[in-house]
Amino acid sequence: MTDPILRMRGITKTFPGVKALQDVNLSVRRGEIHAICGENGAGKSTLMKVLSGVYPHGSHEGETVFDGEPCRFGGIRDSENAGIVIIHQELALCPQLSIAENIFLGNERASRGLIDWNRTNHEAAGLMRRVGLRESPVTQVADIGVGKQQLVEIAKALSKEVRLLILDEPTAALNDEDSAHLLDLLRGLRHEGITCVIISHKLNEIIAIADSITILRDGRTIDTLDMTGGGVTEDQIISGMVGRDLEHRFPPHEPQIGEEVLRIEDWTVHSPAQPDRKVVSGAHLSLRKGEIVGLAGLMGAGRTELAMSVFGRAYGVNISGRIYKYGEQIEIRTVQDAIRHGLAYATEDRKRYGLNLIEDIRRNVSAAGLGKLGRRGWVNENEEYQVAEGFRKSMNIKAPSVLSVVGKLSGGNQQKVVLSKWIFTDPDVLILDEPTRGIDVGAKYEIYTIINRLADEGKAVLVISSELPELLGVCDRIYTLAAGRVTGELLRRDATQERLMHHMTMGQE
Amino acid sequence: MSSMSPADTSTGSEPRPPARRALSGLSINIRQSGIYIAFALIVVLFSVLTDGALLQPQNISNIIVQNSYILILAIGMILIIIAGHIDLSVGSVVAVTGAIAAVLMVAYGVPWPVALLVTLVAGGLIGAWQGFWIAYFGIPSFIVTLAGMLLFRALTLTVLGNQGIGPFPEAVRTMSNGFTGSYLGNVALGPLGGADLFSLLVCVLAIAGMAATQWRARAARAGYGQDVDPLPVFILKLAGAAALILAVVVQLARFKNLPWVLVLLAFLVLGYSVLANRSVFGRRIYSVGGNLQAAVLSGIKAKSVVFWIFVNMGVLAAMAGVIFAGRLNQAGPTAGGSFELDAIAAAFIGGAAVQGGVGKVVGAITGGLIMGVINNGMSLIGSPSERVMLVKGIVLLAAVAFDVWTKRRAGAATS
Repeated sequence: MTDPILRMRGITKTFPGVKALQDVNLSVRRGEIHAICGENGAGKSTLMKVLSGVYPHGSHEGETVFDGEPCRFGGIRDSENAGIVIIHQELALCPQLSIAENIFLGNERASRGLIDWNRTNHEAAGLMRRVGLRESPVTQVADIGVGKQQLVEIAKALSKEVRLLILDEPTAALNDEDSAHLLDLLRGLRHEGITCVIISHKLNEIIAIADSITILRDGRTIDTLDMTGGGVTEDQIISGMVGRDLEHRFPPHEPQIGEEVLRIEDWTVHSPAQPDRKVVSGAHLSLRKGEIVGLAGLMGAGRTELAMSVFGRAYGVNISGRIYKYGEQIEIRTVQDAIRHGLAYATEDRKRYGLNLIEDIRRNVSAAGLGKLGRRGWVNENEEYQVAEGFRKSMNIKAPSVLSVVGKLSGGNQQKVVLSKWIFTDPDVLILDEPTRGIDVGAKYEIYTIINRLADEGKAVLVISSELPELLGVCDRIYTLAAGRVTGELLRRDATQERLMHHMTMGQE
Repeated sequence: MSSMSPADTSTGSEPRPPARRALSGLSINIRQSGIYIAFALIVVLFSVLTDGALLQPQNISNIIVQNSYILILAIGMILIIIAGHIDLSVGSVVAVTGAIAAVLMVAYGVPWPVALLVTLVAGGLIGAWQGFWIAYFGIPSFIVTLAGMLLFRALTLTVLGNQGIGPFPEAVRTMSNGFTGSYLGNVALGPLGGADLFSLLVCVLAIAGMAATQWRARAARAGYGQDVDPLPVFILKLAGAAALILAVVVQLARFKNLPWVLVLLAFLVLGYSVLANRSVFGRRIYSVGGNLQAAVLSGIKAKSVVFWIFVNMGVLAAMAGVIFAGRLNQAGPTAGGSFELDAIAAAFIGGAAVQGGVGKVVGAITGGLIMGVINNGMSLIGSPSERVMLVKGIVLLAAVAFDVWTKRRAGAATS
């Protein structure tokens, strides 16, 4: 057993009214990949902020020893000087600057106050080779994908001679290919002797890569598992995270499937950035009453683009194709048309596209169906309150009241607000784009229950998801999308992860 | 937020301990009503500094009449700022609409109601012009209205040359500068002397209307099972507001009765408050300013919302333009200089957020009055204008800093 490079003991961090961390212990061995798991709100990010000095020494209790030295970081700068670098979920890059400029941001290669561009680009190229980023150092960061941007962040960390690299949800925004590359890179860094702490919701990745796991729940350390021997299962981790055995991650559901509600034929969408490129091409979809239909596809397959273009042309140019509702062709040119025809689209990025974060639950719930809350342009605020209160109870939105500001809710509760908003418009068709992204296991189960309930009420539900087990657990039928084409349609009983993946990678090469 | 402990959030369905609930209610109140407390403190401060001259009947009347056009502009401005935009052109629009009204009424002898209507329409068209470029063409409002500031000043100078046009018809001057008549004679108010009965009656009716509306709203909310203030608190608040209104009106009634612009302002504040809070259109302004993309994906026609609030700003600027010109009894080429800054400052002092999505009509009015009282109070004690400017600058900075600070503190509690 190697000695620990990092030992945090008895960390307690209190915010007004909330104990975010309570007597948390974390011990990371030198040169290992250490995963931290926990539901949203378990205290993972807070712990990492304590470690990296975002919450300076003195604002919390407990002691941190890094490499034998007690740490008293006053800020990020101190922790970086000690060799601890944190890469946040939301990448901190300047999109208008080049890769090389980003790598040396705040750490410029300069002599006498002037930047040495040759040295900057030369050293950047070296670091980029180390992380396997095949781009020119002078390429603008805005022009490369999220996966590559993540690599730029890691290269930036390497430039600071990092000894402990912390990654907060590094693969959340990545597709499978980029994720696999990133995990390989982490293994390579481990080989070079760099210790990694990784926070992730993706348990399969954690099992694949981690040498040990620390599980947090409700701000406390629950367990530290040694993974080197193998034998730890996803269910074991999940039960530690949620504090209960989650035998069934998906609620049982007996579908009552009726007539066809929506049919999309020959749907083609072009990219607004490159109008000659087809993002969706000749897609056919059919949704029936009471049915939960899945839409699987790798990142870039055109799932969101398909959904948003159908939803009142909210995405794309040169859109062609036909939409039928109950067998009759309809025209949907704007989002207003879509809502009028009983369509609803709950976005994959609820903070950017789904919610008004500075407003309360009440006003977010009513945002899309405001016309129903009164007459001739006036809102009946009492009715609005009652509607929101009704959703707070029926959707189990955990907040003191419907006057709570949405920005302060957890991801799961925010998602419930988004769903409430759309359910209030009384749609016939609900398109749910990544409905459980970034929310914890317990809340996921609740969302699945809501989806089932919607189907039971006779709505047609289209679920877009990157998590195949989720699609297999929830959907009655699954379409696969690859490079903008519908490549397969499988009933739940015929579908397996392998078969879906096979269809999702069709015609990729 | 991700680090919020589930133990805290999961208490949703159970009632929170009463002590804590009362405490958090109080702190929210302090943040929301900070602006009104600040206003009260400023009034008290200047009353003391001026030995009560600030609250003399004539001076109260002066404060209202002298600031009426800024307050009218602030109403339009707060809506624009809530939507996440800005309008730098209102000062120039005040000038050009004043000039239009003057040309119509004075040079062409158009009957004043027709001329007024045409001027308001002209203001609306100016707003439509700017709204088009901002909403449908996608140019930032800062740029469009900066251009407008130059364009409409240029237009004013073209129309007026280098001189003012006046005098305005009697009716317009009365609207800007005049008072309600002494229709019912005076009543004696003991040591306060005589006061106009009509003004007092209007005031009592207004207070009665306010009380009835509040009472009905409270009953309706309670009927829907919402939290309402306990009865004593409710009555106390209502009585406080009534006493304040009554005090102001008594002072006015002792002077020259109610200024017509005050009557106009009262209707505008009432109307626009209801519009902002209770109309579908008003609520969409908040949605667009709070998160534009989410609003668009919720089926809100964001472009049309932005277009119409600029049209509205143009109409209100035209109204301010006529009142300002009527007050000076001439439309001048330099009219409205830096009015845009006063209106913007009023909105931000009144609690609007720089990022949009937050703000209240009453807040903007209070912000405008704070600046009005500072102006007036400092000139009463004989401060030089540079010191007035200095204090106003500090007040603006302090108001926004306070807002940012309370928000950060509220944010720190949960992140």
